[in-house]
Amino acid sequence: MNATIIRNGRIIDPANGRDEVGDLLIVDAAIADLSQLSSVNSPPNEIDARGLIVAPGLIDIHVHLREPGFAWKETIATGALAAAAGGFTTVVCMPNTSPAADSASTVTWIKDRARDTACVHVLPAGAISKNLAGEELAPIASLAHSGVVAITDDGHCIQNHELMRRAVEYARMVGLPVLDHCQDYHLVGNGVVNEGEWSTLLGLPGWPAAGEEAIVMRNILLAELCQHHIHCQHISSAGSVRLIREARARGVKISGEVCPHHLALTDASIETFDPKFKMNPPLRSERDIEALVDGIADGTLSILCSDHAPHAAFEKEVEFDKAPFGIIGLETELGLFIDILVHKRRAISIRRLVEMFTVEPARLLNLDAGTLSLGAKADVTLLDPDMEWTVDTNLFRSLSHNTPFSGWKLRGRAVRTIVAGETVFAL
Amino acid sequence: MQPLSAEQTMTTRWNRKDLLGLRELSAGEINLVLETADAFKQVGTREIKKVPALRGKTLVNFFVEPSTRTRTSFELAALRLSADIINISAEASSLTKGETLKDTARNLEALHADILVIRHSSAGAPQFLAERVSSSVINAGDGAHEHPTQGLLDVYTIRERRGRIEGLNVAIVGDILFSRVARSNIFALTKLGARVTLVGPSTLVPREFEKFGVTVSHDLESVLPQADVVNLLRIQHERQRNEYFPGLGEYIRLFGLTRERAKLLKPDCLIMHPGPINRGVEIDSELADGAQSVILDQVTNGLAVRMAVLYLCGGIAA
Repeated sequence: MNATIIRNGRIIDPANGRDEVGDLLIVDAAIADLSQLSSVNSPPNEIDARGLIVAPGLIDIHVHLREPGFAWKETIATGALAAAAGGFTTVVCMPNTSPAADSASTVTWIKDRARDTACVHVLPAGAISKNLAGEELAPIASLAHSGVVAITDDGHCIQNHELMRRAVEYARMVGLPVLDHCQDYHLVGNGVVNEGEWSTLLGLPGWPAAGEEAIVMRNILLAELCQHHIHCQHISSAGSVRLIREARARGVKISGEVCPHHLALTDASIETFDPKFKMNPPLRSERDIEALVDGIADGTLSILCSDHAPHAAFEKEVEFDKAPFGIIGLETELGLFIDILVHKRRAISIRRLVEMFTVEPARLLNLDAGTLSLGAKADVTLLDPDMEWTVDTNLFRSLSHNTPFSGWKLRGRAVRTIVAGETVFAL
Repeated sequence: MQPLSAEQTMTTRWNRKDLLGLRELSAGEINLVLETADAFKQVGTREIKKVPALRGKTLVNFFVEPSTRTRTSFELAALRLSADIINISAEASSLTKGETLKDTARNLEALHADILVIRHSSAGAPQFLAERVSSSVINAGDGAHEHPTQGLLDVYTIRERRGRIEGLNVAIVGDILFSRVARSNIFALTKLGARVTLVGPSTLVPREFEKFGVTVSHDLESVLPQADVVNLLRIQHERQRNEYFPGLGEYIRLFGLTRERAKLLKPDCLIMHPGPINRGVEIDSELADGAQSVILDQVTNGLAVRMAVLYLCGGIAA
């Protein structure tokens, strides 16, 4: 019997309504009752968690791990190391690999690769349409059987509302949640930055907020029509928050997620044409940030995630309009979210933040994770919500360093990450 | 914004190796370029039009997007300053072979190019280069961002004809949204105290521009009677997606400077156009050649202004 005891931490386990200082016992990779300590034959491994928060292992439902096909940007192994360093024990990887995760064989390959190389749980999302082309349905039932936890065409967006309607209906049959990257291709055109004052000033093609909101609205209508849940990925605009809030109040099965860069930065950052500030959807205005924060505070937006999107330096270091979209986020997201949402804006408590990284994603994707219930898999994250630290890309585990947050001073971070009873990261 | 007095201008020093845009320039810096151009314009009237200011320096005209007028103007300006010149076009460069802009730039620098004049379809490309090479970088037009030497030659031409910029009413007509010429003009003119009105269809002149201290109008005839300058931008119908306006016929009906509309102009109102002109589209053919037109002065002045810019930035890069 292999045992670990985490002493004197503030145990926050929202799934069980628990928030108290105490000890947490792990026996043989599972959460155990403290009474079992007496029956452990060898002395347990002791971890002092005084002043720390002991939380269920955190879940990030939106990451790009780039394997298969783009291993120079990231691998499942390095992406998992970055996740562990960021406090995450479970990540959901997007299907825009090469080949795309649109078949049972590719999904199986990803799962095998994760089992062999990843230090955290890597759960694949499958494609909605074949090759993410938005033209015909991927074999959604086969994907479900091969073990995807959701379907999405992330990075792309099905423009044909009829095809999307059938995808949602079909997904309901096999019990898979549908995630959607909300982008109307006609409204967005070749837009690369938020359409507004800065795009006008700099002459960069604008990506209007309406290009996101039109698809959020479409998804609300389809969620009602099909009576199945649709989750809107990386929400960036005030209008989207309003639409989701109104629809949820009516009981529509719709939800939304927020990435840290959409809270930390506005489109004023693009003044120097630095592609580190280029992401999709783009950075927007202070007004949008305030609406996102309000949406997080009142529960309209229930999920926090990174949209971790690694790109090699040589790919990003090109003309702004030619650079790929996206930044990495796994190793900075927790610090940014705690710093912004808990400390600076006081929008949510640390307890709610833990809930948004555990109970909420587990419920959305029907995951067996996100709790410290007795007998649960011992995925645990130790957080220091007040630790001040400086982002140093030299310390990143990710293969790529495309972040605009290098040098930022943040307050709050994960200090230890435990997956199935084993420490996979410790500061 | 208050324009600087002549005395203040005299004390303004130039300390930029690059000219990337006019937004970051002060009124004093703009006036310094204009005054330097005065001296070089005078050179152009001499029998021997060449000065040794950049002798021994190498200038690379790096035009990733096609251009004849601007490239030729820079080339001639550099020749008159006695610089050595190479012209590289997009077709001839390794960019078509997949080389990145960064690598192309580093190769040019490895040849000890002192000044890179760049025209590029991507907004921000000149800044990208300037951050990565020690050579002087001059923006000869980047996407819809800026075309600073065009903005400078436009204010130079207005100042030459009217003696001042401050207090003048300048109408810029046409496709503002996609125009780097419009942006550079807006920045220079507002810094020097002109009142700028942007005129064109609502799809090409978004209200967002009013945040930058200009007026937006969609009614040309109400703007023309007050105008001291009308600057007509080229309608790039070959590039425009057709959802921005229904067609040239309707554009001319609403925004073309026809002979009939020109009767609304004050007799001393200047008519400008950055070229190349679509005769009968933005402007009636006879008006383009008429007494109020300063279109060819713009071309002549462009040479003097570019000499001034190369001289000032080239001096810093050394």
